[in-house]
Amino acid sequence: MPTVSVKRDLLFHALGRTYTDEEFDELCFEFGLELDEITSEKDIISREQGDTKAEGASDVILYKIDVPANRYDLLCLEGLVRGLQVFKQKMEAPRYRRVSPASSEPQRLVITEETTAVRPHAVAAVLRNITFTQERYDSFIELQEKLHQNVCRKRTLVAIGTHDLDTISGPFTYTAKPPGDIRFKPLNQAKEYTAQELMSLYKTDSHLRHYLHIIEDEAVYPVIYDSNGIVLSMPPIINGDHSKISLNTKNVFIECTATDLTKAKIVLDMMVTMFCEYCEEPFTVEEAEVVYPDGRTCQYPELAYRKETLSADFINRKVGISESTEHIAQLLTKMCLRSEVMSDGEQIEVEIPPTRSDVIHACDIMEDAAMAYGFNNIPRTTPRTYTIANQLPLNKLSELLRQDLAAAGFTEALTFALCSQEDIADKLLKNISETRACRISNPKTAEFQVARTTLLSGLLKTVAANRKMPLPLRLFEISDVVLKDESKDVGARNNRRLCAVYYNKSPGFEVIHGLMDRVMQLLEIKPGQGNGYHIQAADDSTFFPGRCAEIFACGKSIGRLGVLHPDVINRFELTMPCSALDIDIEHFL
Amino acid sequence: MADTGLVETLLRRVEKVDGGLDSQDVATSLGVDHQAIVGAVKSLLALGDVISADQRSSKHWELTGEGCEIAEQGSHEARVVSSIPEEGMPQSQLMKLAFGKVGFSKAMSNKWIRLDKGHEGGPRIFKTVEHLEDLVRDKLLLVQKGQASQLEEKEKNELKKRKLLSEVTVKSYWITKGSCFSTTITKQETELTPEMIASGSWKEKKFKPYNFEALGVAPDCGHLHPLMKVRTQFRQIFLEMGFTEMPTNNFIESSFWNFDSLFQPQQHPARDQHDTFFLSGEQLGVSVYKYDWKIEEAQKNILRTHTTAVSARMLYKLAQQEKFTPVKYFSIDRVFRNETLDATHLAEFHQIEGVVADYGLTLGDLMGILHQFFNKLGITKLRFKPAYNPYTEPSMEVFSYHEGLKKWVEVGNSGMFRPEMLLPMGLPEGVTVIAWGLSLERPTMIKYGINNIRELVGHKVNLQMVYDSPVCRLDS
Repeated sequence: MPTVSVKRDLLFHALGRTYTDEEFDELCFEFGLELDEITSEKDIISREQGDTKAEGASDVILYKIDVPANRYDLLCLEGLVRGLQVFKQKMEAPRYRRVSPASSEPQRLVITEETTAVRPHAVAAVLRNITFTQERYDSFIELQEKLHQNVCRKRTLVAIGTHDLDTISGPFTYTAKPPGDIRFKPLNQAKEYTAQELMSLYKTDSHLRHYLHIIEDEAVYPVIYDSNGIVLSMPPIINGDHSKISLNTKNVFIECTATDLTKAKIVLDMMVTMFCEYCEEPFTVEEAEVVYPDGRTCQYPELAYRKETLSADFINRKVGISESTEHIAQLLTKMCLRSEVMSDGEQIEVEIPPTRSDVIHACDIMEDAAMAYGFNNIPRTTPRTYTIANQLPLNKLSELLRQDLAAAGFTEALTFALCSQEDIADKLLKNISETRACRISNPKTAEFQVARTTLLSGLLKTVAANRKMPLPLRLFEISDVVLKDESKDVGARNNRRLCAVYYNKSPGFEVIHGLMDRVMQLLEIKPGQGNGYHIQAADDSTFFPGRCAEIFACGKSIGRLGVLHPDVINRFELTMPCSALDIDIEHFL
Repeated sequence: MADTGLVETLLRRVEKVDGGLDSQDVATSLGVDHQAIVGAVKSLLALGDVISADQRSSKHWELTGEGCEIAEQGSHEARVVSSIPEEGMPQSQLMKLAFGKVGFSKAMSNKWIRLDKGHEGGPRIFKTVEHLEDLVRDKLLLVQKGQASQLEEKEKNELKKRKLLSEVTVKSYWITKGSCFSTTITKQETELTPEMIASGSWKEKKFKPYNFEALGVAPDCGHLHPLMKVRTQFRQIFLEMGFTEMPTNNFIESSFWNFDSLFQPQQHPARDQHDTFFLSGEQLGVSVYKYDWKIEEAQKNILRTHTTAVSARMLYKLAQQEKFTPVKYFSIDRVFRNETLDATHLAEFHQIEGVVADYGLTLGDLMGILHQFFNKLGITKLRFKPAYNPYTEPSMEVFSYHEGLKKWVEVGNSGMFRPEMLLPMGLPEGVTVIAWGLSLERPTMIKYGINNIRELVGHKVNLQMVYDSPVCRLDS
């Protein structure tokens, strides 16, 4: 969930009133936001770098607000204020308009064929006669960063470049060139670099190094030039220094290059809708024309208003309220979804503004109506759904056996389903190839290399961590292991196992054998061949030679028991003899 | 049992006195070691209220080894004087005596002797007094007779400085009659025996009282794991509410069921390598739907990141029924996240999930059912916050008021499944599916007061914690 930090006093000034922290927290809650933290720059620095570093830092109160991941329109102060003011019915949602330049042709961005290979899409727009202040400027930069981190998926899908239009001259060309052929002075650097040099320069940059991989291995890098050959940007890495915006910038050229056109349009709409209120003619955006390699042209930003029609009854039925059509239309209008009751008095026409890209379907509109009504004002009802409960037979059996194993003096352990390959193979004197283990391709540490194929290693690790406890240690676990199984759609299946260990000064084979007898008794299987159970000597590398037996029940092999091999004991850093029982309980369903 | 003779003697002594007596005095007068009397007192105390004894301590002065020698033979200085004959003695000869050095300087300062340095044949010592009062010896003799109180504190401290006296603390008992005082003692039985029951002899016997302050012997038994005890309770709650358990015994899931079927686009951050464990090797996925986007992506096998993947499979199965029937499903099982680990996050945890599918379910129904579910957990104050989740709309975070922390804390997530998810599965239009989820570990940690998840789950847990954990009653 993205977090937006805004200066409290600035926020209250824009909202036209002050709130106590509790009141504001309450307002956030109602609106689906979360006031995550109240802090200041000074607090943050002193927490992260110590008090001495914090000296002199600003102690202006900051609100850190968690915003739902699909609400890109609330990622800056401007959007938050607009959303809350409309919600509190202090203002009407503004109407965003795309306008043509008053006395000239629109700015043009020409996309060349070469970009297809690396980053094929681009959109652009102009904010004309904008007035920045320090706060507005900071917010403008911060919004780009928030969008980059969220909808732009760390610039892989979309990258934003903003430029002082008065320092460059169109038409602009979006092309792609071999890295050696691109040369310019990048933002905040004193000299020119080639693209290759830049890539190595930014290898150590704490911020930019995360984006290098996006184009690093491409034959050509994307680049935007103005008509004089000045580099605007080399997306998605860095802008040129020449066109950088400042507090005095009056006209901003915004370009978004992308691998996903839909997302690029959303991002451009967000950038311009959030900041066009500071233009001389508020809430207007000057169009730019994008020319495709095939000669097609498109005008951006789209700023599309879409209409949906739905009935008040639909909303009432889904939410569980019974409000009039008029009231529901009012509720939706509070959420920036301007709504009107249609002539039949039942249908509502809802207009979805370009800022609400999260609204996909009628259910999204229904949610907004419910939010505006207040989730906590909705009567809580009991559904009439009549059903009979059933337990999953495997879980029912596991639950019953757990109780009786504890009654038999064994203590339940709870171990991890993921472990290292060593745990299930080397340490148990097995070869990994005979374990049928599913391997994880992207483990962060050795602890998560494989899904366990046996419960035994987890139990032995539990014993090892509890060597100081009085002996004997009697432990069990009934849980799932994972085995490769070609007959399943995912190539693997879980297998429910019962595993127990007895750890003491003497091996206690008779104890673990007695537990096995008890389990069979609980499962109503009598000793004997055929339909009964019996054990017979078996070879298993995990066990001490001559001290392992295979367990057969109703003619099927269901598991093993025996005294563990001394090398197994050593490899788990244990010192005492240990006997173990391991059975598959799925046979008893 | 201490010597019975001594015990009886002690009892007779106690009988004779009105107030009480001191164990130290008894030892002195009987001429036995004080420890023997202490033993007798302790064994009498064990018999019940025969006597009562209060421990007390007293201080008294005793002669040191050197002090005893002086009391017997006189102070060093007196012995110097008495060993000098009329004609005097060479200093060198005096110094050879054991008491010579110390006695010489003291006798000199008392002016009991004089030294003639110029005497022919070396320095010689002569007596200057015939009779002397050996005050040091007299004082020590007083102390030896137990009359130390006649000396002034200053004098005693002086002698202490000369290491002739020491102050010792003596612990003793002040013994008085108890409420069941008697001079004869009957032997008390420790336990009831089968013979006593058979013969009826228990009627005549006295039984040693039990010490009810002590703990009993811990039963030799096995224990259930606290997290599993809580799981049992949650299972019970769902069953009480008529929910059927889903088969969640498939840790490995295809990306299709885990993400695609749940309306999580392939560019969704959750599908990143950073958050999900992917399986290596052959991909055997067979998917039910053909989408325009990359089928290889949907076929990637992963460790499921939520049990909702199973709910999706179950809803698909439900949609394949000839006629829709309403269902209530639940599951509690492991899920896996390839996330950064900390005190409250592990790579695997248990997810609790509830799902209801029926015609005409409302958001109010979801809140009502959550209200009932949490009521059974002892949580009565609930409120709901709008939230975002890719596969539910509306989505609500569930908050409960924590009386201890005096604030609202998040206890779960909930929502209505999106129609984009339900309709492709083939569920009839008009069927609404409401669902909620929470982790099993969090309420368990709150319940058992555990702050670090590693103290609850995994092989590193302290088994003593498992042994000591109480039964789980979530509503109390």
